[in-house]
Amino acid sequence: MSAEAPEAASAEEQKEMEDKVTSPEKAEEAKLKARYPHLGQKSGGSDFLKKRLQKGQKYFDSGDYNMAKAKMKNKQLPAAAPDKTEVTGDHIPTPQDLPQRKPSLVASKLAG
Amino acid sequence: MLPRFALRSMFHGAGGGNDIQWCFSQVKGAVDDDVAEADIISTVEFNHSGELLATGDKGGRVVIFQQEQENKIQSHSRGEYNVYSTFQSHEPEFDYLKSLEIEEKINKIRWLPQKNAAQFLLSTNDKTIKLWKISERDKRPEGYNLKEEDGRYRDPTTVTTLRVPVFRPMDLMVEASPRRIFANAHTYHINSISINSDYETYLSADDLRINLWHLEITDRSFNIVDIKPANMEELTEVITAAEFHPNSCNTFVYSSSKGTIRLCDMRASALCDRHSKLFEEPEDPSNRSFFSEIISSISDVKFSHSGRYMMTRDYLSVKIWDLNMENRPVETYQVHEYLRSKLCSLYENDCIFDKFECCWNGSDSVVMTGSYNNFFRMFDRNTKRDITLEASRENNKPRTVLKPRKVCASGKRKKDEISVDSLDFNKKILHTAWHPKENIIAVATTNNLYIFQDKVN
Repeated sequence: MSAEAPEAASAEEQKEMEDKVTSPEKAEEAKLKARYPHLGQKSGGSDFLKKRLQKGQKYFDSGDYNMAKAKMKNKQLPAAAPDKTEVTGDHIPTPQDLPQRKPSLVASKLAG
Repeated sequence: MLPRFALRSMFHGAGGGNDIQWCFSQVKGAVDDDVAEADIISTVEFNHSGELLATGDKGGRVVIFQQEQENKIQSHSRGEYNVYSTFQSHEPEFDYLKSLEIEEKINKIRWLPQKNAAQFLLSTNDKTIKLWKISERDKRPEGYNLKEEDGRYRDPTTVTTLRVPVFRPMDLMVEASPRRIFANAHTYHINSISINSDYETYLSADDLRINLWHLEITDRSFNIVDIKPANMEELTEVITAAEFHPNSCNTFVYSSSKGTIRLCDMRASALCDRHSKLFEEPEDPSNRSFFSEIISSISDVKFSHSGRYMMTRDYLSVKIWDLNMENRPVETYQVHEYLRSKLCSLYENDCIFDKFECCWNGSDSVVMTGSYNNFFRMFDRNTKRDITLEASRENNKPRTVLKPRKVCASGKRKKDEISVDSLDFNKKILHTAWHPKENIIAVATTNNLYIFQDKVN
């Protein structure tokens, strides 16, 4: 075992520590990776873009809903996953998932 | 090498000389804390004279305020803005094919320059752009032969003499009517509209495409930019904003989620997929993190009135670009650099995706943008001084000068400073507008519209 190896290792560790100190952004990234280890398999780009392009409230389709119910029989339908996960093709909105439709035709409070 | 204009100094207290002293003028909207979603303000825009101020909200409604004519004798303040007209611009729609609801939220309003007595504006939601005509009626015909004044029809046999109806004054009525509906041209969500300096055409931009319209023609539009990849798996970048040059009718720019701005010349080709100029600040690869691309995404791009510069807003800064220099901005202003050490939580609560807008003052000497905690920031390009102000009902007295705010990034918090951890990230100022000629600004909090003016002695 060479005597240089431990020195090289501590130099690397030192650089990493320096990075965290000089770059708050890298420290934040480390925090995020610690909380969500599976995040960032793809770059920060395409996940967000796909989500952005898909924006729009999925509506309840009784045909799809009943077909899916029949297929699944007693099993639970895949429920709407909270927030960040993508809406996949398997997901059928259930009546409970849907937000109430907002009323329109009420005057703006700015005009009041 | 040109020197970089890095901004460091903070502006404490009201200064003398050319420094503007901002005072509260008015606030519009409900006082209660429980905000109905429909009341969330989504866009604010002055018209070309500054006499009219339009707001759009998440409920698809437009409210237009008009500045009252100054009382020359009592000119201790400029005219107040009062409600002029309000109408439902867009309704929620339903795309049956995709089972998707189309939000009625007004993404942008752009005014046309005034050509006759009526006013015209374009308003857009995610899918449809509408041209609205706002006209005044202050006279009505009276003295019909066959109708009573209340509208009931008279029995013709009772008419013994004829009279000529005349126009008589009536209480001012402001009517808004949709004159054109520009629909079905966008697969993705419209983020920008911009009227050309030829005043005949305008562009609309969604995440992947930009279309050119003629204001008179609703059944056709030309696609001038298309960045959709053949394979959507290869998608790496979307269009975030677009604007026509204020003077050159052949030039427009569009910004991207990767922090680049492309300038295109419509004379070069019909489809402007190849840019004429690419504005991008080189990034130090060793500084790159998971957040780098997200915070570099440009949320707004605005040309200066002169047309010589353009301003971009990304998550943490405002950058001024000289159109003659593509490789880096000429000025960079930090809006809230203290958030860099909070990016993890800002990612978790989605705030990192907030889209802040920015604006120029009439002489292009000062730029303004919003932040959190209902703070907004102004940067004077000449003096290099900046100021942080707060839109709050606590500063409610007209003609009282607003007190500058300071955020304490770390360490000992001085008196009157606010620590980063006590900032309210639900109180965001995304939309601001500056009167084209005067020092009057409109600042939108979540559901209230504040109007501030400079102190008139």
